[in-house]
Amino acid sequence: MVPVLLIGIPLLGGLIGFSLKDIAAKGWSLLISLLVLAVILFGISLPSESSSLLFNVPWMGSLNSHFAIGLDGTGKILCLLTAIAFPVIFISTWSETYARAKNFYSLMLLSLTGLLGVFLAADALLFYFFWELALIPVYFLASQWGGEKRIAATFKFFIYTFLGSLMMLVAIIYIYFHTRDHSFSRNSFYNAHLLIQGETQSWLFWLMFVAFAVKMPIFPFHTWQPDTYEQAPTAVTMVLSGVMVKMGVFGVLRWLAPVLPLGTYLWGDTVSTLCIIGMIYASLIAMRQNDLKRLVAYSSIAHMGLMCLAIFATTRAGLEGVNIQMFNHGINIIGLWIIVYLIEKQFGTRKISELGGLASTAPVLTMMMVVITLANVALPLTNAFIGEFLMFTGIFLSKATSYNVVFTVTAAITVILSAVYMLNMIQRVFYGETNALTARGIDARGYEKWILALLVVIILAVGVYPQPLIRLTEDSVNLLLSKMFTRPT
Amino acid sequence: MNSIILSAVLGVIMMFSGLFLKKSSSIHVLAILGMILLLVVAIQDMSGMHYFPVETHNMLYFDVFGLLVNCTIFSCTLAYFMLNARDITSVGHNPGEYFALIFFVLCGISIATSFNSLLMLFLSIEIISIPLYILTGSDKRNLKSNEASLKYFLMGAFSTGLMLLGIAFIYGATDRGSFFLEDIASSRSMGSAMMTTGLILLLCSLAFKVSAAPFHFWTPDVYDGAPTVFTSFMATIVKAGLFIAFIRLFKDAFGDAKGVWQPFMIIITVATLFIGNITAVFQQSVKRMLAYSSIAQVGFMLFALLSLNSLAQEGILLYITVYSISTIGLFAVLTRMKDLSFEGFNGLANKEPLLAATAAIFLLSLAGIPLTGGFLAKYYMIASVMQTNHLLWLVIFALLCAAVSVYYYFRVIQAMYFKDGDPQSPAVTPAFKILLVILAGAVILLGIAPQLLTDRLYIIYI
Repeated sequence: MVPVLLIGIPLLGGLIGFSLKDIAAKGWSLLISLLVLAVILFGISLPSESSSLLFNVPWMGSLNSHFAIGLDGTGKILCLLTAIAFPVIFISTWSETYARAKNFYSLMLLSLTGLLGVFLAADALLFYFFWELALIPVYFLASQWGGEKRIAATFKFFIYTFLGSLMMLVAIIYIYFHTRDHSFSRNSFYNAHLLIQGETQSWLFWLMFVAFAVKMPIFPFHTWQPDTYEQAPTAVTMVLSGVMVKMGVFGVLRWLAPVLPLGTYLWGDTVSTLCIIGMIYASLIAMRQNDLKRLVAYSSIAHMGLMCLAIFATTRAGLEGVNIQMFNHGINIIGLWIIVYLIEKQFGTRKISELGGLASTAPVLTMMMVVITLANVALPLTNAFIGEFLMFTGIFLSKATSYNVVFTVTAAITVILSAVYMLNMIQRVFYGETNALTARGIDARGYEKWILALLVVIILAVGVYPQPLIRLTEDSVNLLLSKMFTRPT
Repeated sequence: MNSIILSAVLGVIMMFSGLFLKKSSSIHVLAILGMILLLVVAIQDMSGMHYFPVETHNMLYFDVFGLLVNCTIFSCTLAYFMLNARDITSVGHNPGEYFALIFFVLCGISIATSFNSLLMLFLSIEIISIPLYILTGSDKRNLKSNEASLKYFLMGAFSTGLMLLGIAFIYGATDRGSFFLEDIASSRSMGSAMMTTGLILLLCSLAFKVSAAPFHFWTPDVYDGAPTVFTSFMATIVKAGLFIAFIRLFKDAFGDAKGVWQPFMIIITVATLFIGNITAVFQQSVKRMLAYSSIAQVGFMLFALLSLNSLAQEGILLYITVYSISTIGLFAVLTRMKDLSFEGFNGLANKEPLLAATAAIFLLSLAGIPLTGGFLAKYYMIASVMQTNHLLWLVIFALLCAAVSVYYYFRVIQAMYFKDGDPQSPAVTPAFKILLVILAGAVILLGIAPQLLTDRLYIIYI
């Protein structure tokens, strides 16, 4: 029952939202998103064997596809992230007034539906449906309410992801015909690899991986991302970077690595190399950015690359790290976007060179920013330290590759680089002399303070006591380890 | 048999309706009533109520698939009449005749979905084509319309000639000279030079009729020149009917000789997908873009001919239904627009939100986005080919083309939603809007529950 509520509430809420008045839409969508959060918290509190976490009815008879949704492991942690992200986004952008606000908020709720659907789907065709359903509202949101060059930027984003998902569709159909019972169910897919030869798996892998690589994004499929993040309205950018990019990682964890373990193993080194190239490349570009939004966008590419790298390491520590880091990265990057949004709203610019000395006029904002930044560069006691430490341990101990040491060392360089560009940004934006623009700055206001404080509390709490989150995804990690291949010893 | 005879009778009635009914509105009411009657009778045909027991000497063969296709085609025509009746009557001075011609076309389609002999195929295609030549040229004072009509007629006559030649070759190649499909299928000379020549000629002429590349050159000019209402009819219902004839012929007569014609079919499919999609990208007028998109969509439909299995049968039924509904709806919006270029759609969403929303659903469906019927239609086509032929490169090529198609379909969406403009307000009635919403609802319903349609194929009627 829980998964049905998770999809049904935002879907109905979104559809009803279209008929509301513009003023009412904001409160309505916040209410719906809080309701979703309540449901997911209830769902997590249930024991994982509980039958109310599963729902399965036949859907398209002749195709043998089921409307099967279930809440487990990685899905739980990502649903939790999504459910936390949306209320935070709604509250932090509360003062924003959009033209045709009811459409904006309804589309946001529909994208929430799609995202939760992706994380809940236990049927490959259903997964594909939700995968696209999450994309369409975001496309409309970014193109309608975005910046000046929004149409071209978001269309590039749409074409990239659509092309990727079409390739995934081919792979899904191919695997479907090779399952024993011609079914799209997760179980059949997980056993299909026994009937598919290694050579076939290796090209099927790429058909699927392209879809996920575009979403994450992995070098060289990342070029849509900075433009889209820059042009989309901030609320949508938060959805994109906080939650939506996790769809790519989730896709690999649930629908690629266990479905095509041999393909994953064979291409592990290649993908890992791409991840490393992307991480270093994105970090170097981030160092040269003058625009806050673009800087955060490139830092996101670097962090996502590390997560992808850790999946292919195929170790318990690495996989646990990926699961928890998806949550942490979502929280941290939404925090960063909120602060960028507050700065841009106040001063009308995102240029680092035009800002400076905010610490003297906005001490609370600065304090929050410093904590979130430190979390982003994975300082101990913050959440990202747990995730990145686990991932680095995992990569170092990896038995799936013989280049584990090289990968660990080069990947670790990006942590240093990330400290360079993040702290440099802090220094130039928040410290130093105030200029004519920033001298009149004011601090974060009441609810903005509280929402940032909430994020900081989550950051520190997970940093100190990550165990509950790690335990949440234990079953998924065990399942993955039982499926994935490592190098024979 | 019900629909063949009734549609012909209705055609005659509509022809004389102009004598008795002076007001054009009463003529279109009569046409809609006639269409409802035709649809009811076609549905009753499926449940065993045959009103016209005619001995056809095996020239016609009625199966569930054909009858079901009739029903969906008649439903689409009904929707087409209801959306466009006023535009049809305002094309010229003799509104009754346009409806008469359309009913004759439907008669031809009913034969095309049930023929069992090449003679009947030829007859049906001629019955479909000749009224279309007239409809294309019905805007008499417009030079473009005249040009389109002449072009269509000349090219059509040429392709008919090819078809006759092909039929003659095949007749000669069968064991004892026969036009029947089962005789052709069981003929010992399958694969011989004579049979193959006939087969290729038939293939070419049918490819011409459904506007598959490289026989598509007439399509953009004719679709562009013809009055927009009739373009809508030609691009959807007629194309669907002809395509079913195409499938019927190749499934029943040449299904076992796939090796002979499949290479040609693959070339035609690739060319159609490529030319249709790439050329559509460069169009400046939405009407012309839709003409090329109809070519591109045929490329996907040809997948059903490549596989010819049960998945293909379900799929093509879904495909023609969804494609017809979406395109009819889109053309209905188009006929209300003054400016047919992409810029003409700028800012439509602010002025007519409902019109824009339904048009967006139709476009998403044509582009094959999940939750719309268009996605599942494409899904069925791809899956059917992957099940039998393993032509994976072709599937991937087709999907790349589908990604290209997103470009030109989304240009309209971008214009409607993301660009500012002041389109001339289209005059639409509430009834028109309600109908559009129903059609859009049907597209989404078929995208979620295709079994509502495809399962009808397996219900056995007494």
